[in-house]
Amino acid sequence: MFQSNTKDSKPYEPTLYTIKGISILDNDGNRILAKYYDKNIFPTSKEQKAFEKNLFNKTHRTNAEIIMLDGLTCVYKSNVDLFFYVMGSSHENELILMSVLNCLYESVSHILRKNVEKKAVLDSLDIVMLAVDEICDGGIILDADATSVVQRVALRTDDIPLGEQTVAQVLQSAKEQLKWSLLK
Amino acid sequence: MSRDFHWLPNIPNIRKMNAFKRDKKEDEDGSNQFQNLEKTTVLQEARTFNDTPVNPRKCAHILTKILYLLNQGEQLGTTEATETFFAMTKLFQSRDVVLRRLVYLGIKELSSIAEDVIIVTSSLTKDMTGKEDLYRAAAIRALCTITDGAMLAAIERYMKQAIVDRSAAVSSAALVSSLHLTTVSGDVARRWANEAQEALNSDNVMVQYHALGVLYQARKSDKHAVIKLVAKLMRSSPKSSYAACMLIRMACKLVEEVDEGSEFLEFIESCIRHKSEMVVYEAAHALVNLGRSGTREIASAVSVLQLFSGSPKPTLRFAAVRTLNKVAMSHPAAVIACNLDLENLITDSNRSIATLAITTLLKTGAESSVDRLMKQIATFVSEISDEFKVVVVQAIRALCQKFPRKHAVLMNFLAAMLRDEGGLEYKAAIVDTIIAVMEGNVEAKEAGLAHLCEFIEDCEHTSLAVRILHLLGQEGPTSKQPSRYIRFIYNRVILESASVRAAAVTALAHFAAACPALLPNILVLLSRCQLDFDDEVRDRATYYCTILQQNADPAILPLVQPPQLSIPSLERALRNYVRSPMDEEFDISQIPPAQAIEEPAQEVLATVKPQQPRLTREENFMEKLLQVPELSAIIHDSILFKSSTVFELTESETEYNVKCIKHCFSDYLILQFDCLNTLSDQFLEDVRVTVDNQDIYTIVCEVPCVRLPYNELGSTYTVLKFPEDIQSTIITLPTTLRFIAHDCDPSTGIPDAEQGYGDEYTLEDLEITVRDQVRGTGSRNVDFSSSWENAATRGFVTTEQIFGLGANVTTLEEAIQSLVMFLGLEPVERSDRIKSGARQHTLLLTGVFRGGKEVLARAKLVLTNHVTMQFTVRSQDLEVAELMISSVG
Repeated sequence: MFQSNTKDSKPYEPTLYTIKGISILDNDGNRILAKYYDKNIFPTSKEQKAFEKNLFNKTHRTNAEIIMLDGLTCVYKSNVDLFFYVMGSSHENELILMSVLNCLYESVSHILRKNVEKKAVLDSLDIVMLAVDEICDGGIILDADATSVVQRVALRTDDIPLGEQTVAQVLQSAKEQLKWSLLK
Repeated sequence: MSRDFHWLPNIPNIRKMNAFKRDKKEDEDGSNQFQNLEKTTVLQEARTFNDTPVNPRKCAHILTKILYLLNQGEQLGTTEATETFFAMTKLFQSRDVVLRRLVYLGIKELSSIAEDVIIVTSSLTKDMTGKEDLYRAAAIRALCTITDGAMLAAIERYMKQAIVDRSAAVSSAALVSSLHLTTVSGDVARRWANEAQEALNSDNVMVQYHALGVLYQARKSDKHAVIKLVAKLMRSSPKSSYAACMLIRMACKLVEEVDEGSEFLEFIESCIRHKSEMVVYEAAHALVNLGRSGTREIASAVSVLQLFSGSPKPTLRFAAVRTLNKVAMSHPAAVIACNLDLENLITDSNRSIATLAITTLLKTGAESSVDRLMKQIATFVSEISDEFKVVVVQAIRALCQKFPRKHAVLMNFLAAMLRDEGGLEYKAAIVDTIIAVMEGNVEAKEAGLAHLCEFIEDCEHTSLAVRILHLLGQEGPTSKQPSRYIRFIYNRVILESASVRAAAVTALAHFAAACPALLPNILVLLSRCQLDFDDEVRDRATYYCTILQQNADPAILPLVQPPQLSIPSLERALRNYVRSPMDEEFDISQIPPAQAIEEPAQEVLATVKPQQPRLTREENFMEKLLQVPELSAIIHDSILFKSSTVFELTESETEYNVKCIKHCFSDYLILQFDCLNTLSDQFLEDVRVTVDNQDIYTIVCEVPCVRLPYNELGSTYTVLKFPEDIQSTIITLPTTLRFIAHDCDPSTGIPDAEQGYGDEYTLEDLEITVRDQVRGTGSRNVDFSSSWENAATRGFVTTEQIFGLGANVTTLEEAIQSLVMFLGLEPVERSDRIKSGARQHTLLLTGVFRGGKEVLARAKLVLTNHVTMQFTVRSQDLEVAELMISSVG
């Protein structure tokens, strides 16, 4: 981790492949969603899950925001019963990773209407998956602006046929739509 | 009362209640609707996809389940994946946005497992060129995951259009995909560079960033184009912070590679005043890591890092202190200004930050503050993770080198850490450090050995105990009072597992062989070990007893400490020997030594690399050479004596890259030329490197490389036979690369014409040196003086000469280094380390010349204004000895 570059003081090859992994775990350390973008680290899901367990054990008690583990820099953030992680290589700019984590968290928060907890994520898992796909494509940061990510994943407001919605839900969705049209 | 009375029959009720509770609990977090999904059931459900009309909500839910299962690491077989994939393609009928987007995700996930995925190409192409913006970007990205080299041409036109599309999402998707496609076809980026150039002017920050990435990919092999690109962008600094970071990294690379890079360095420094923290940190980080940064650049980097280290954001503090830690390694003085800020971080709630702060302080602090800091660390060392404990240990190791006088305090601290709880890695790091301190500082040896002895009394890690016992066997006999270690070692024989007992027996034997005074007592101990119930322990004890009882003969030491030979080579040689008539004695000096595990000198790693299989470099090469039939015919029953380091015959950025490795056998020299063709519009055939042998070497055969396509490594070999006269083996040979070139289309690699044309390309001269023909014996603890004295009786000849070394050698270290480098002999008895400030030194070298001729050499060095050397060589072969002398002169 504190790998000194003295031996090959060459700077690392500039590349857009910045993100090594993104994961969302629940409060028992179980995976809700995880993507790994570098075939050279954790090639099998067994290794990935072992890493996640280890990562969770090291991070779930302290809210320290950043940790180095297995040669990766991991930034994280938790809320209620969810843990969000973004991983990059140990020489990656920590602030870039943090910006991606913030985008991930804000996008999810927006999709779930600020109700960031496990049940809500699972209920909208399809949209959350799409959001992760819009944030990072194969390790390249595709977009790190939460508003634009949310726009791109096509928030489904007409989720339920109108007849089945409660009055409150209709009102809520109307409000949302109004807000969006004003914001635009 | 009644409750008491009824408690027995109530048991089933309690159980029911428990069950109820569990149900309820499941209900609470059983909100996970995906928890108990069964792969086969879900795949069954996927048949719903075939229904018409498509029910979007239902299908989206099923598809989400499939994606969830895949994400949980569920494996699909090829048939399962293909069936699901085809079912999924039916969903293209629906116009539901979310469902369509999920289908794209499904395509991406399954594209690597399912067969015939290109079936969806037309659907995706339609979406990509359609009107719906929400489809287009995602469709491009899905399409590129199923694209192979053959299909690329078909979608190329659309991709180029997409790159310059008005929609930022579409443009970004196309740019990112073209980077992914470089794995399919190497020069995609280059072909689409014009479009990327246009996209670089986009108003959208992400498009700008992605375009920069593609342009760099396209131009990175052409340094001048990169310089132009960076220089242009430096003037109009990019709006995107990410692009700015990328630009800084590109500038960094140029600073390292280009001689006149000062404008790039200035640019990086100017980024320190950027408005985004991310870019500021990137610039500071870059300046710290650049070898060319001067004091001024480092100082400005340190000043922003100092600012960041007081930030309320943990990530920023972490980044800052981690980089300061790095500065402290190269420029400790520059960090002293931050000492106060670092002191504040010692109590940071993020323990990683605290540890980094302390280790930085240890590096910059004065000798007087060591005691205080060590006390600070002691307060929280138990709280941090093993990985960071290792970092602390390594900081202590560095400290011991810096302040040798503090070794007592530090050694005590290490000993205390050894007693604490901790994993193997952590304990091994401590033991390593103690050993390193002992090696570097004679005064610390006794204390170190004592600490280690105490440690093995209560050590749960077998591998460490074995290592320490081995070390005791090596170092103990030469200590002031060898007898005091015997008790510790013998205790192991009584108490430990078999492998530790075996190691202890060997250690005892070392003491007996080296200290005749202890021999009778140790023999008593060893004879008891002969009753051990483990085979290995008993065998070792019996072996050592027998040898040691044959009385003190200086020749027994090598029997007690056998040289570390490479086992696979030994096996091969013995097999060959058994097949031969066995008239001559088996010559063990032919066997190369096992590869010493080289300890990286400066590397401070927290993660321990997995152990590599112990095949030596030579053995790896031998395997490769034997696969070439022409070579195998010549060398199949000989042993590769030594492979040289890689020798570059071209500059790194020429059209053709040629590197040479010289493989030395006892009579033959195989030259392996690794060639790389960097011209994308050519492929080469019948590539060979002709060597002008100057009538001294005989060329036995040449193995050309049949085909050498663009950017692939090919090898050609030339086999030379050494001349009889050893003196004339040292030579410089002119070399030429000859080949038949075919011009071809850079994108497809298909040649334009049937007939190629012969061409040649002059390479640098190849030198064959002494070093290529000599290697060390691998027995570091060989008793040099006795071999030196006994050399005459074994028929060695001696030659000697006095040299004044050239003006460029001004210190003893340089003299030793260049001598070892040049001759390829191996220093023994740690004689390559000199006491600081010494004016004279004796360097002892051993080695083997090809053909198994032993060489011993002694160089007495005296430093006045320049270095004078008396160089004595003893060898079985007069010619070899003369060669050694003459090549120094």
